[in-house]
Amino acid sequence: MPGVTYIEFNGAAHTVEVPVGTSLMRGAVDNNVPGIDADCGGECACATCHVYVDAAWLDKTGLPEAGSQEETMLSFAAAAQPNSRLSCQIKMREDLSGIVLRMPEGQH
Amino acid sequence: MDANVNFDAREDAYSRPLDSIDVSVPELYQNDVYQPYFERLRREDPVHYCADSKFGPYWSVTRYKDIMKVAINHQVFSSKWELGGVRLEDQVQGYERPSFIQMDEPDHGQRRMAVSPAVAPENLQRMEGIIRERTSRVLDELPHGRPFNWVQEVSIELTSRMLATLFDWPLEDRHRLMFWSDVTVCHVDTADAPVHSEAERYAELQKMAAAMKALWEERAGGNAPRYDLISMLAHSDATRHIDFRELLATCSLLIVGGNDTTRNSMSGGVWGLSQFPEQYQKLRENPELVPSLVSEIIRWHTPVLHLRRTALADFELGGKTIRKGDKVAMWFVSGNRDEEAIKDPHDLIVDRARAREHISFGFGVHRCVGNRLAELQLRILWEEILKRDLDIGVMDKPKYLRSNLIHGVRELPVQIH
Ligand code: HEM
Ligand code: FES
Repeated sequence: MPGVTYIEFNGAAHTVEVPVGTSLMRGAVDNNVPGIDADCGGECACATCHVYVDAAWLDKTGLPEAGSQEETMLSFAAAAQPNSRLSCQIKMREDLSGIVLRMPEGQH
Repeated sequence: MDANVNFDAREDAYSRPLDSIDVSVPELYQNDVYQPYFERLRREDPVHYCADSKFGPYWSVTRYKDIMKVAINHQVFSSKWELGGVRLEDQVQGYERPSFIQMDEPDHGQRRMAVSPAVAPENLQRMEGIIRERTSRVLDELPHGRPFNWVQEVSIELTSRMLATLFDWPLEDRHRLMFWSDVTVCHVDTADAPVHSEAERYAELQKMAAAMKALWEERAGGNAPRYDLISMLAHSDATRHIDFRELLATCSLLIVGGNDTTRNSMSGGVWGLSQFPEQYQKLRENPELVPSLVSEIIRWHTPVLHLRRTALADFELGGKTIRKGDKVAMWFVSGNRDEEAIKDPHDLIVDRARAREHISFGFGVHRCVGNRLAELQLRILWEEILKRDLDIGVMDKPKYLRSNLIHGVRELPVQIH
C-alpha cells in the first residue's frame, strides 16, 4: 500500500499506509494520526481537515478548483496558505505514494 | 399546538395528524417534551411542512444528512436578514439586525474573517491561563452541603467573565453584557422576558451599541495590537466602516455567541452526566476522556435548537419540493438524535467513537466561528471539576428557557457533598 507522511505542527512525523481510493483525511483518522479533526466526516463542510501540501507534491495533488466548495471553506480556515488543501477532498492514488502533508497549529 | 407540562407528549406526538405537528412552539422546549415529535417526524416525515404556525408556514428538516445538505448549500439556502434572517421568527421591519450571520457571500465572508482571529488557536493559547485561573477560583468558592443554582453560580459566572475578556469590557460591569444577551434571544411575549416589545428590545440594544461605540473609538486610534473583538472590528478593512446599525447587530451576535451557548452547555453537561452516572464513573476513572466528553455534551445538549434559511430557488429534499421563498428550519436538536447518523443517540457516552461528528455547530460557511473557544472553556471546567473530584448532586430537573432557538437552562439546583 502507498505511504503518506503527516507532520504535526510540533514536528512529529507519522508515516502510514493509505489504500488507493481512500481520502487522505481518512488515512490520518483511521491511523489515529493527531492534528486532523474532520468534524463533518468528509463532506467538505467544516474545514477541520486542513493540511499544507509539501511543495514537491503540489503538481500532483493540484489546488482546489476555482469556485469550488473546498475553496470557499478553505478561505475561512485559520492560517490558510497557497498550498492549503482540505484532506478529505484528496483521494489516495498510486502516484501520490510518499506524499508529505503538514498540519496547521490548530483546526479552526 | 399546545404543550402543557401535564400531558403525555409521546401519546400526543403519535396520535395527532402529522400535518398538525408544529415544532416551533416555544413551550415544547420550556417543558422539555419535544423529542417524541421529532422522533415521529424523522421516521414518518423527515422533511416536514407546517402550513400554519405563529411564525408563518415553514419546513422542518429533521435528519442529520438532510440538515447537512441545507447547511452546505448557501447558494440555495440564504441567511439574509432582508429575507427574514436565521430564526423562524422573522426580523421585524424597522428592527432588523444585519450581522454577518444574517448575510450571504461575499459580505458574510469578509466580515467573518475580521473577527475570526480573536477566537483562532493562537489567540486561544493566550487565554487558556486566565480561563483556568478563573474556573479554579469559582469552583473553590462553591458552597458545600447546601443547595445552590449551578446556572447562576458557575455557568453564568464563568461565561460572563469570558465575555468581558473577549470584548475587553470592564469586568465589574459584566452583568450588563449578560442582560443584553438575554434581551437579544428572548421571545418578547414571554411573561418574564427582560423586554416586552421589539421597540423596547431595540432601545436596549442601542444602549449596548453606544457603549461599544465608545470603546471602539478609543481603540481605533491605538497602534499596539489588541486581541479583543472590538479592536479587531475597528481595525479590519472589512468592518472599520460599518454603520451604527450593523455595529449593534454584530455586537449582539457576538454577545450571544460568546456566552449563551457555552453557558447552557456548562449546565446541560452537569444535568446530562447526572442522568448517566455510570458514564460519570467512567470519566472519573479516565480523565483523559474530557475532550471527548466536551463534544458529547455539546451534541447531547444541542445549545442552538434550530437555525433558519430562506430558499432562493426550488429544491428537492427528502422527496419534497421546497419552493423558492419558503422558510426552512434546520433542527440541530433533532439531527443530533438521528438514529441513522448516530448510534444510541439519546445516551450520553463519554467515550463515544467520532464524538466530534455532531451537528451542534452547524456546517458550511456559517459554521460556528467560536467553536474552539467554547470547547476550551468546557474542557477546562471539566478538567478542574475532576481534579477536585467534586461530588455534584443534582437535586431536581432543570428549568428551561421558553425559546425555540436557544436551549437555555435557567435553573439547575445542585448540592456538593
Ligand atoms: C457550544 C457552544 C456553541 C454552539 C453550540 C454554537 C452554535 C453555532 C451555530 C449552530 C452556528 C451556525 C450559524 C449558521 O449556520 O447560521 C454558529 C455561528 C456562530 N457562532 Fe457559535 N456556537 C457556540 C459558541 C460560540 C462562541 C463561544 C462564540 C464566540 C465568539 C460563537 C460565535 C459565533 C458566531 C460569530 C457565529 C456566526 C458565524 C458565521 O455566520 O459565519 N459561538 N454558532
Ligand atoms: S472533513 Fe470536514 S471539510 Fe474535510
